[in-house]
Amino acid sequence: MLTSYAGVVVVLIIGFIFPGILLGISRILQASHRNPTPVKLQTYECGLETQGETWVQFKISYFMYALVFVAFDVETIFLYPWAIKFQSLGLFAIVEMFIFIAILVIGFWYAWKEGALEWM
Amino acid sequence: MKFFIDLANSMRAGIEGMGASATTAEIILTAITTLAVVIFILLHVVVLLLAERRLSAMFQLRLGPNRLGPLGIGQVIADVVKTLGKEDIIPAGADKFVFKLASTTLFATALLAWAVIPFGNGMIIQDLNIGIFYFIAIGSTATISVVMGGWASNNKYALIGGMRGVAQMISYEIPMVFSLLGVVMLTGSMKMSDIVAAQENMWFIIPQFIAFFIYYVAATAEINRAPFDLPEGEQELVAGYFIEYSGIRWALFMMAEYANMVAVSAIAVTMFLGGWNAPFGLTFIPGIVWFLIKLYLMLFTFFWVRWTFPRLRVDHLMHFGWKFMIPVSLANIVVTGIGIYVYRMITG
Repeated sequence: MLTSYAGVVVVLIIGFIFPGILLGISRILQASHRNPTPVKLQTYECGLETQGETWVQFKISYFMYALVFVAFDVETIFLYPWAIKFQSLGLFAIVEMFIFIAILVIGFWYAWKEGALEWM
Repeated sequence: MKFFIDLANSMRAGIEGMGASATTAEIILTAITTLAVVIFILLHVVVLLLAERRLSAMFQLRLGPNRLGPLGIGQVIADVVKTLGKEDIIPAGADKFVFKLASTTLFATALLAWAVIPFGNGMIIQDLNIGIFYFIAIGSTATISVVMGGWASNNKYALIGGMRGVAQMISYEIPMVFSLLGVVMLTGSMKMSDIVAAQENMWFIIPQFIAFFIYYVAATAEINRAPFDLPEGEQELVAGYFIEYSGIRWALFMMAEYANMVAVSAIAVTMFLGGWNAPFGLTFIPGIVWFLIKLYLMLFTFFWVRWTFPRLRVDHLMHFGWKFMIPVSLANIVVTGIGIYVYRMITG
C-alpha cells in the first residue's frame, strides 16, 4: 500500500528532475548566443510598448461558476465511494442516490434560476 | 507484452540480487519504468507534433513540412535541436520564480497522470486501488500551473488566457468526472486493471456511449484543444498563458500539453474502449499493440476535431458546459444506476 504511493512520489521526483535536465542542456547550448537586451526583455504585446499595469483588479465574470463548482466537486468525492459499493448495496443504494442527486439538482436549479450560470 | 514483464521481473531479481531489499528494488524499478514512460511521452510529443502538422496540411489541401527527409521526418530532429538551442527569455516585469516554476510543475503534473495508465496486462507504473480517482485529482492540478504561468508573465494576454483556462478547466472537469462515474458503477472498482478486465466481453462504450461522448468533449476542453482552445487562441490571445515563454520553457508547455492529450486518450481507451483487450478474439496480436492502435485512433480524432470545428465563443463555451453537459452527465448516472439495478433483477 505505502510502497505504491512511494512509487507515485518517485514519479513526481522524476517529473521535476527531468525538466531540470532539459533546462540544463538548453542552458549549455544557448551559452554562446545568450544576449538579453532591455528591449528583448520587454513585455510582448502587439509590438508596441505595453500600456499600464497588468496586475490590476478586474472582473473575471465567472465568480459564481467557481462557487457552484466547489459544491459539485465535493459531491463527486462522495459519489465515487458510493459507485464502488453500488452493486452490493442494491435498492438502498439506488434510493440513496436519488435523494443525494435530487438535493444537488435542486441546488443546481436554484443557481440556474438565480442567474449564477449566466456570463455577465 | 510478455517480454516487458519478463524484463521487469529479471531487473527486480537483479536489483534484489545486489543486496537491496524488496521495497528498494520496487522503488528503483518504478524509477526505471517512469523513465521508460518519459521516453514514450517524448517520442510521442515529437512525432505527434509532426503528425499534426502533416495531417492538418492534408485536411486543408496543403503539403505541410516535407523537405527534411522522407515525409518530413527530419523535421522532428530539427525541432528538438531548435527548441533546445533557443535563447531563454524571461521578461523583466515577470514574477521570475513563479514564471520558472510554472513550466516545470505543469510537466510534473502531466507526468504524474501517467502513473496509473495501463499499457498492457501488468504494464502500469503503479496500479493504485484508486486509479481513476487519482487521475482525475492529478488532472485538475494542471489548472494551477496554467494560472501560475498566466499570472507570472505580467502580460495582459497571458493573464486573460490563464483566467479563461481556469474557468474552462473547472467547468468541464465536472462532466468529465461524472462521465467516468458510470464506468466505476459498472465495474465496482477504481483500479485500472479491474476496469480493463471487466471489459473483456463487452467494451464500456456500448452501455456507456453517452458517457463516452461527454468524456470526449470534456477531455478536449480539459486539455485546451480546439474547438475549446480559448485560453490560447492564436488569433486573439496569440498564445494565451504561455505567450512570454520561449525556447525550452515553451517546449515544456507543449510537451505537457501533448502528454496530457495522449494521457486523456489513453484513459478513454482504458475506460471505454477495452484497454489492452483484443476485439473479435484477435488475441494473437499482443495487448500493447491493441492499446496503441486504439490510442492512435483516439489521437487522430483529436486532430480531426481540431481542424474541423471553429473556436467557440467564451460565453457559449460556459453555457454548453454548465447547461448541457452537466445535466446530461447527471442524467447518465441516474439512468446507469437504474439500468444496472434492473439488469441485476432480471438476471438475478
